[in-house]
Amino acid sequence: MTTLSFDSSADPILSRRAEIQRIASASVKRRKVYSKVGIGFCLVCLVIACIPLLAIIGYTIAKGLPAWTTTFFTQPTKPEGIPGGGLYNAIIGSLIIDAIAIAVTVPFGILGGLFLAESDGRIAGAVRFAADILTGVPSITIGIFGYIIWVKNVGSYSGYAGAFAIGIIMVPVIMRAAETAIRGVPTTLSEAGLSLGARKLTIARRVILPAALPGLITGVLLAVARGAGETAPLLFTIFGNQFIQTNPAKPMEALPLAIYNYSSQPYNDLIQIAWGGALLLMAVILVLNVGSRLISARLRREQR
Amino acid sequence: MSDRVYKVVLGAVAAIFAALLIAFVVAIATQGVPAFSKLGFSFLWSSNWDPTHNHFGILAFLVGTLETTAIAVILTVPIGLGTALALAYLAPRRLRAPLGTAVELLAAVPSIVYGLWGLLVVAPFFRSQIEPGLSSVFGWTGLFGGANQGVGLLLAGVILFIMVLPTMVAISRDVLAAVPSDQVEGAMALGATRWQLLRKVVVPGARVGVLGAFTLATGRALGETVAVALVIGNSAHLATSLKSNAGTIPSLIVSSFGEATGTELNVLFTAGLVLLIMGIAVNALARVFVRTVKRSGAASVAVA
Amino acid sequence: MTDRSSTNNITQTLGLTTEEVFVAHEPGTSKVMRLEDVSVAFNGRPAVRGVTFDAYEKEVTALIGPSGSGKTTLLRALNRMHDTQRSAKVTGRIMLGDTDVNDRSTDPTLLRSRVGMVFQRPNPFPTMSIYENSVAGLRFNGVRKKSLLDEAAESSLVAAALWDSVRDRLKVSASTLSGGEQQRLCIARALAVEPEVLLMDEPTSALDPIATKRIEELIGELKDRVTIIIVTHNMQQAMRVSDRCAFLLMAEDRSGELIEFAATSKLFSEPDDPRTLDYVNGRFG
Repeated sequence: MTTLSFDSSADPILSRRAEIQRIASASVKRRKVYSKVGIGFCLVCLVIACIPLLAIIGYTIAKGLPAWTTTFFTQPTKPEGIPGGGLYNAIIGSLIIDAIAIAVTVPFGILGGLFLAESDGRIAGAVRFAADILTGVPSITIGIFGYIIWVKNVGSYSGYAGAFAIGIIMVPVIMRAAETAIRGVPTTLSEAGLSLGARKLTIARRVILPAALPGLITGVLLAVARGAGETAPLLFTIFGNQFIQTNPAKPMEALPLAIYNYSSQPYNDLIQIAWGGALLLMAVILVLNVGSRLISARLRREQR
Repeated sequence: MSDRVYKVVLGAVAAIFAALLIAFVVAIATQGVPAFSKLGFSFLWSSNWDPTHNHFGILAFLVGTLETTAIAVILTVPIGLGTALALAYLAPRRLRAPLGTAVELLAAVPSIVYGLWGLLVVAPFFRSQIEPGLSSVFGWTGLFGGANQGVGLLLAGVILFIMVLPTMVAISRDVLAAVPSDQVEGAMALGATRWQLLRKVVVPGARVGVLGAFTLATGRALGETVAVALVIGNSAHLATSLKSNAGTIPSLIVSSFGEATGTELNVLFTAGLVLLIMGIAVNALARVFVRTVKRSGAASVAVA
Repeated sequence: MTDRSSTNNITQTLGLTTEEVFVAHEPGTSKVMRLEDVSVAFNGRPAVRGVTFDAYEKEVTALIGPSGSGKTTLLRALNRMHDTQRSAKVTGRIMLGDTDVNDRSTDPTLLRSRVGMVFQRPNPFPTMSIYENSVAGLRFNGVRKKSLLDEAAESSLVAAALWDSVRDRLKVSASTLSGGEQQRLCIARALAVEPEVLLMDEPTSALDPIATKRIEELIGELKDRVTIIIVTHNMQQAMRVSDRCAFLLMAEDRSGELIEFAATSKLFSEPDDPRTLDYVNGRFG
């Protein structure tokens, strides 16, 4: 029967153990304090990160809501000093320009998404690369592009030029969202269609797109939210118009542009209108954003 | 529609899109080059911008771009990382999703609203509270000379920081949360405090993705136009302190484009080209980092 | 009720020799860890309840039983790994020497320097080198003295039978090792802190048979240095490496309970409880 007592000073393991325990106990308080400080810092950062959103939404509502009078919504912009102005022309202009952009980019983007989802070749890689670049590029350069291609060649600023610039911003977003949504459709569905002898277009129209619809809607909403909020592309393409202009071939006014022009004016009533416009723009875009999140959340829930 | 026609249509869409990108780059490049043949290269490092006297040095604006981006990035990296850690590991579980959404919604606010809020709400606050406070505490660094105006380099940097924070947080949070829980548990079982395991295991494990997030944030900051233009004070001189007025490339283009002709217009296009190159380069770099993370599955370990 | 012939049946069925079944060893006499009526519940529903047994010094104690019987849940309670889950509640006393592990006043960080853990899938830190991995635990516990770190690194890597193959590439990333080597690195990492108890959660289930064998040999060599409590679903492994076994089984309310705790030789040949006999005879599992 072996005895189990060991001379701890002779056994290196036991003496190491003792020393490690000594160091650990001595340092545990310090380590826990550091941990608390570090964690506290991160939580403070989180609070800091949430404050601006509240501040922006709060101030914009507080200052913008009083501006929402009937005049605001029905009267066009008036030059400085003349009372009774509104943002009617800007609102109409934004609606028209964004509608044109949506009408062109949605089919284009969805077709592009179908292309990307169905092929993995080098062309698809190039297209994806192009989409990545276009989403990451400063929007002012897209405005410059719109100016070069459209305004310079056509000879005048126009709503079409603005829609073109906004469209370039929107297309990559729709395309990538469409690709993701279409890839998310189980292949069994399209295989079933193929085995029934259906043509690819029919399968796309009747099977894939309806199945991908929630993802597509999410993508479109996000794209619109992005495009509608951009100012820089419009600065170089639509020029602005203080009168009500519904012909897209002419210079038009748009909401972000009008706000921009008013924001550095020293007249209080114009500033007031600027806040009202900012509130309108922000509200629409936040609704679009939250809406697209809700749809994609429900999509995820249903997929489980 | 037969399958072949369908494929052709999709291919055409892809080709048009790729062509669009090529047209984009070519257009801006061709418009941006003439200034070099007229002026050589010296205007890139001259800070004398005085179009009426034929001085077209854009150095001040290049430097201003870098300075505002630097301020934004210096603030974003620690605060963004801390927020991301909080969202991924530290905040109460039930709050994580809503708080994460709140930070992400910051990205949805249109930049014109940021500009308006920055100019009309934050600038006065800066002028009356922040700048005097910072000057008295940090005046010895020499960074805070000059009058308290509210608008200027510092405000532009701070507004940019708020605008790019959601990008940094959203991507960082995803890569931090993707560190395999095996490693987190392993560290915990060794006696690490929470902070130790975040610092020594989680953050290093996610470092490539965090780098990508930071690079993307930088790219966004470089290209931001409207918000910066409104709060930077629009000066053509090199800033001498954080409180000075300054200019960035985008703010230069925006403020001068309307009336620019001839050589001045050429130089503005060149400035746009420079901006485009910077934006594409930074974005491409960012995507390399982020893609590396996605492919390697967040640095997982192979088991034989 | 079992006799020598049924023992032979068991050994034949399991493909072991009689010598391998009755492991000769020197049992320790002092109890390193004592569990008294330990239960773990999640959101009020018990996952394992009323477990009482002791882990003896210089022995390997195995927790065996079919899946779902709560073995891993119980093991993880021993080093307070359930602390991060708010829905988890651990009751009962877990005595490590004079300290009640489960008491709220016991600091989990310090506890984990005395009770180490090796996981089912090898989890070395991929951003650290082999050396840094082996001393990671020491660094977490505040050890900074280079001589102590080097000494512990070498000692633990030797004990994990890894030293000879890695001594020339200590600065290399841990991801370059094979699966079995990575697991041994994790064992070294746990040993470097010189814990009193080493918990092992199915440490070989993700490894190939050769790597498994090496680790089982390692366990035999390590038990003099550190008391081992191992969860395994592999009965043969339990017979090969352990001195005592605790057999857990899922009861009707889907919570695990301790059916029997005895010396391995007894549990596998003449267990007291018929359910144990059924399990070791392979009638279910």
